[in-house]
Amino acid sequence: MEKHLLMGDEAIAQAAIDAGISGVYAYPGTPSTEITEYIQKSEEAKEKNIRSSWATNEKTAMEGALGMSYAGKRSMVCMKHVGLNVAADAFVNSAITGANGGLVVVVADDPSMHSSQNEQDSRFFGKFAMIPVLEPHHQQEAYDMVHYAFDLSEVLKTPVLLRITTRLAHSRAGVAPRLITREQNELRLPEKLTQFVLLPSIARENYKTLIHNQEHFKKAALESGYNSYLKGNDKSLGIIATGIAYNYLQENYPNQEIPYPVLKIGQYPVPNEMLQEIYDECDELIVFEEGYPLIEEALRGSLNIGKNIKGRMDGTLAFDGELNPVKVGKALGFPEPEKRPLPDIVVPRPPALCAGCPHIDSYKAINEVIAKHYSKGRVFADIGCYTLGALPPYSAINTCVDMGASITMAKGAADAGLVPAIAVIGDSTFTHSGITGLIDAVNDGSNVTVFILDNDTTAMTGGQNSAAVGNRLEDIVRGVGVAEEHIRVIRPLKKFHEENIQVIEEELNYPGVSVIIPRRECIVVLDQRMRRKFKDKTQ
Amino acid sequence: MKKDIIISGVGGQGIVSMAAIIGTAALESGLNLKQSEVHGMSQRGGDVLSNLRYSDKPIASDLIPEGKADMIISIEPLEALRHLPRLSMEGWIITNTIPFNNIENYPDIDGIISEVRKIPNHILVDADTIAKDLNARRSTNVIILGAASEHLGFELAVLENAIIKLFEKKGSKVIDQNITAFYKGRELAHS
Repeated sequence: MEKHLLMGDEAIAQAAIDAGISGVYAYPGTPSTEITEYIQKSEEAKEKNIRSSWATNEKTAMEGALGMSYAGKRSMVCMKHVGLNVAADAFVNSAITGANGGLVVVVADDPSMHSSQNEQDSRFFGKFAMIPVLEPHHQQEAYDMVHYAFDLSEVLKTPVLLRITTRLAHSRAGVAPRLITREQNELRLPEKLTQFVLLPSIARENYKTLIHNQEHFKKAALESGYNSYLKGNDKSLGIIATGIAYNYLQENYPNQEIPYPVLKIGQYPVPNEMLQEIYDECDELIVFEEGYPLIEEALRGSLNIGKNIKGRMDGTLAFDGELNPVKVGKALGFPEPEKRPLPDIVVPRPPALCAGCPHIDSYKAINEVIAKHYSKGRVFADIGCYTLGALPPYSAINTCVDMGASITMAKGAADAGLVPAIAVIGDSTFTHSGITGLIDAVNDGSNVTVFILDNDTTAMTGGQNSAAVGNRLEDIVRGVGVAEEHIRVIRPLKKFHEENIQVIEEELNYPGVSVIIPRRECIVVLDQRMRRKFKDKTQ
Repeated sequence: MKKDIIISGVGGQGIVSMAAIIGTAALESGLNLKQSEVHGMSQRGGDVLSNLRYSDKPIASDLIPEGKADMIISIEPLEALRHLPRLSMEGWIITNTIPFNNIENYPDIDGIISEVRKIPNHILVDADTIAKDLNARRSTNVIILGAASEHLGFELAVLENAIIKLFEKKGSKVIDQNITAFYKGRELAHS
């Protein structure tokens, strides 16, 4: 069968198309973005009329997907790990409603925080919601698991979580797609039209069903083949390896069998009998998990009075950071490969705002006004390219916590007496989670000045469309009650610097809610647009 | 046949294209392949790294273990050194000599080059100047690829076809430029 070179993200996207989805719902977030982008660019998906445009945030995405499932069609929702926090209300409750059409939630975790604020492990979220979780170890398995996940979802009427990590999401390998693909489902409402009504009386019944289903979920994990016990003669040690950690284990035994028994895990909840078997057979166990110690913690228990369990909790492996072949090898007692040290001359090259970026002009103006009239430490920022304003030479911001927190934290600090407080948020982050916070500020008449840096795109993740740009932003700001005269649009350009300073001074002086919108297109998006234009002209 | 290659540089220098050419050559040769890179924050002028592995046997890890890379191919000299702990003791380091200077504390370039020269198996190429001479400024990465070509384990025709395939949509002029750049790089590796 012909193999295609696909990233993990792309393999998941192609599998969803082949498995007969009618829609994908997502907000961009590294390392999950390419799943939805692949479907958006796919001719096949266009022909099949698969809906795929960006959602405003992960919660609206999750709910959109759940609605499609209610209507009987297959849907997929994709996000990065912290996006699942945003979608959590809908996600956890979707376990209680259950699914109608197949519903698969893909979450891409980012251990080692390559592009993230934490390294939370979404398998815990799956456990919390009490739904099946799948964790592929390579790209082909990711492709196959999507098909399986939709089947499982429709047979057991449950959402299924597919958990991947950065290294699988952004690594390419040969993938053989299935030759026989599935048609989309017909519109078909749930048999019981109250299935999705989570009134307490109904939710209690549904929850009992979910509890009862745990046995089915475990049985599926026993029979699917994604969990397997590989025999080994040396029973002084038993190895449990989940997802991509299995690859790092294999890497340490090139061209040879692993001498110890291995329990390879790719599906949760893990059946107890599988854990029992390897526990009984071996003198001690070592657990390799990419993420938090989920299985390790369960095996040790609070009292840790059984056999010796090695892993992230006893220091055999560092608690934080992603695994790699050398870390796994060391834990197994292999000597570290001989290597050269990093020469002293090497200095870091941190990411930075691009030359010509509009945010540079905004930060220069904000910094100047603060230096002139106020003390430092009053700029509450958000998540996007402009977070790089934390680094020198700007050192312009004091917080970055979660999507939308700039406005609400500035409000809280202003409530505490830090006035004026300044919020800095991008156009896409504002529509994602900033609007509700702005309503809070308006209702309280808080002394905050909110900068909505409108660069006409979701820049950090590669220039996806924003939910609202241009005049629509002013409409929203006006609509939530900010006074017309305190909505100021400026052009973040050097030639308007003095003019902009004056606007900022005026609004910081105003003891209520002001919104300043520095508006100029992202320089990278502009560059791409110009190149396309040039190409069209020359062709 | 098994090769583990680190490709490095700065965002926008053509790392992904270089990995794609070598990857295509590996696939056309019927080999297994894994190629990983980090996206996101690192695209904003930060350092970029790709792990490229190909083998006639199945490949387990997407990441090359430290101390095991057969080769570092870098489009930027500081970035070549950044990944030195990943190189095997017998490995090759093949790098452009021209810095991409977007940081205030960029180290002394002579110091960087002398560190590269400490690695017994090294190839240094001033790819930027050659690219300028060839009037193909965007082909710096392909010149470096040419300089590395002898150590990649492919017939020349296979690599040439992979270059043609990558630039197919850009027309014959771009293809010719890159083929010329490739051979120029290969020639310089010998001089």
